[in-house]
Amino acid sequence: MDIFFFLVFAAIALISAVNVVLQRHPIASALSLIGVMGSIAVLYLLLGAEFIAMAQIIVYAGAVMVLFIFVIMLLNAGAEERRGRSWTSQLLGIPALLAFVALIVYFVQRGFADAGNVKFGNFTGGSAQSVGYALFTAYLLPFEVTSVLILVAIVGAIVLARKEMD
Amino acid sequence: MAFIVITLIKTALIAFILLTVLAYLQWVERKVIAHVQVRMGPSRVGPHGLLQPLADVIKLITKEGVMPPHANRFFYLLAPFLAVFMALISISVIPFGTQITVGRWTTMMQLTDLNVGLLFILAISSMGVYGVALAGWSSNNKYALLGGLRSSAQMISYELPMSLAIASPLLMAGTLSLREIVNSQAGYNFGFLPKWNVFGGPFPQIISFIIFMIASFAETNRVPFDLPEAENELVAGFHVEYSSMTFAGFFMAEYANMVTVCSIATLLFLGGWHPLWPVEYGSNFVASLILFVAGAVCIYHAINPARPFDRYTLPVFGVVFFGLAGVMLVPFLVPVLMPLFWFLAKCGFLLFVFVWIRATLPRFRYDQLMGFAWKGLFPMALLNLLITGFLVALES
Amino acid sequence: MPEALQALNNGVPISWYLVLSALLFALGVAGFLLRRNIITVFMCIELMLNAVNLSFVAFSNQHKQVAGHIFTFFVMVVAAAEAAVGLAIILTVFKNRATLNIDEISSLKN
Repeated sequence: MDIFFFLVFAAIALISAVNVVLQRHPIASALSLIGVMGSIAVLYLLLGAEFIAMAQIIVYAGAVMVLFIFVIMLLNAGAEERRGRSWTSQLLGIPALLAFVALIVYFVQRGFADAGNVKFGNFTGGSAQSVGYALFTAYLLPFEVTSVLILVAIVGAIVLARKEMD
Repeated sequence: MAFIVITLIKTALIAFILLTVLAYLQWVERKVIAHVQVRMGPSRVGPHGLLQPLADVIKLITKEGVMPPHANRFFYLLAPFLAVFMALISISVIPFGTQITVGRWTTMMQLTDLNVGLLFILAISSMGVYGVALAGWSSNNKYALLGGLRSSAQMISYELPMSLAIASPLLMAGTLSLREIVNSQAGYNFGFLPKWNVFGGPFPQIISFIIFMIASFAETNRVPFDLPEAENELVAGFHVEYSSMTFAGFFMAEYANMVTVCSIATLLFLGGWHPLWPVEYGSNFVASLILFVAGAVCIYHAINPARPFDRYTLPVFGVVFFGLAGVMLVPFLVPVLMPLFWFLAKCGFLLFVFVWIRATLPRFRYDQLMGFAWKGLFPMALLNLLITGFLVALES
Repeated sequence: MPEALQALNNGVPISWYLVLSALLFALGVAGFLLRRNIITVFMCIELMLNAVNLSFVAFSNQHKQVAGHIFTFFVMVVAAAEAAVGLAIILTVFKNRATLNIDEISSLKN
């Protein structure tokens, strides 16, 4: 059952990621990226990270990508023009790509072959309570620093994007 | 195996009941707004207009769907699908009552009890922005684009006070699971005052209840925050180019969102399915009393009919109401029906408030709306959270 | 056959999650290098960050500690802040140059 869910959502993530790279219109890329984030959120749930899964959807898919889609709509970004690609590069490129992917898969699989298995429910330490406890005790300093970081980002974004006051 | 079958049956049942409720919620809205405006509302299609939703569905299905020229076809059809999908999927974590036992199978009155259920609701409501934004953009119409952008900006701005208003009763309950939050509101202070989050706890959550209700009006694009989609502003905003079933999709999504936020308000603030006063003082008879009175009113108006065919239809309604009142008194059904009745009564009351406010208030201008969110609701919700957190920490 | 079913019942090897993370990261790098539209390049950066997050959560599951989740949380926060500022910069660049093609924003090149 775990393997079935992992394979389905990993396939959705990979196909959507390929779509992000290959689509010509930015809105199609953005929607495919939302698909990637959604399927990664399901993979987080399989890994027992329930708080991070919900945070991924609320923050990434629900706020950051809305920002992207806003900017694409405001700037009226159109589809990219298709540039001519020579036959040789396509003939050499696709097998090279597949070889590269096979190399990655082989080396990562060999390096971590004995890392254990993930069964749904074998890690229950990802609840909101444990994450919150760790955030407020052991990782308090980075937490407060990120709040200053967000403040700086808000001020920077507002200053950069405002209209000129004459 | 039994678990899967039971879940499928529950899903089918909840989906069917939800879709019927959505259709008849529209009837309730039209009747209530009509009576507030001293007119009658739909009254020709069936007795008291009760078949009007059916007529509307038939009309919407058989209408011609016109797609605007040069519109991106895939996104144009994806947008209402996203809106309806997000609106309907958030019902899956809402608990309607306690346990129900049929034969030898016992199951909870909820599709799934996630232990991050509340975060799931927040996540799905953040994703609901996409239906609106995509609809506005893919219609190839500058008014739709403006309406879609305004509506999405409004929805994401009001998500912040909503999340902060949700966080305060969360601090008091100490858990993210919706069923546990309702269970923490069981019991009565001083023997008769319910321990709902809006009354009890270290800090009564009245302010966050009001903030949550205001933010949910904005989240669901209802009056007084419906500038981006009103018919006489911006030519109906983001759904101007949609017709027939796609328009029905947006309509359904709006009502489903309304049902969701009213259910969340009931669960978080009004104590879910716990009755208003203890069972020892007779709160189990409220349902049958209300239905009995409804039946008596129907029979009275059948005897002095205002319209000629009332003589034949109102007695039928009266008998149905008396039958339901009798069903509410059956002893082995009471533990199942009473929590469901109280949940539906509170949720229904909040839905009535939604419709009532639509009939009463004018709408806000866009800059008033956004200023109110960022300069009014957000600091108030933050202050409420601070006070609640301080008092909860003092208590433990 | 029973061993295969037993292996199926054992869960998913963690190396599979790491392989997926590596592939997503490689796809992000490919998109970053190949695309011409600034916003799409930015989205490929977000894809890379998501792949890294998946790695962190997988390792956190392997060692049964919550530290991986914390790091993922911080990566998410930093990515959100970076997206806000980056998109504001893109808006400003578009206002000045009226183009979103990174090949044409090369005035610092000699």
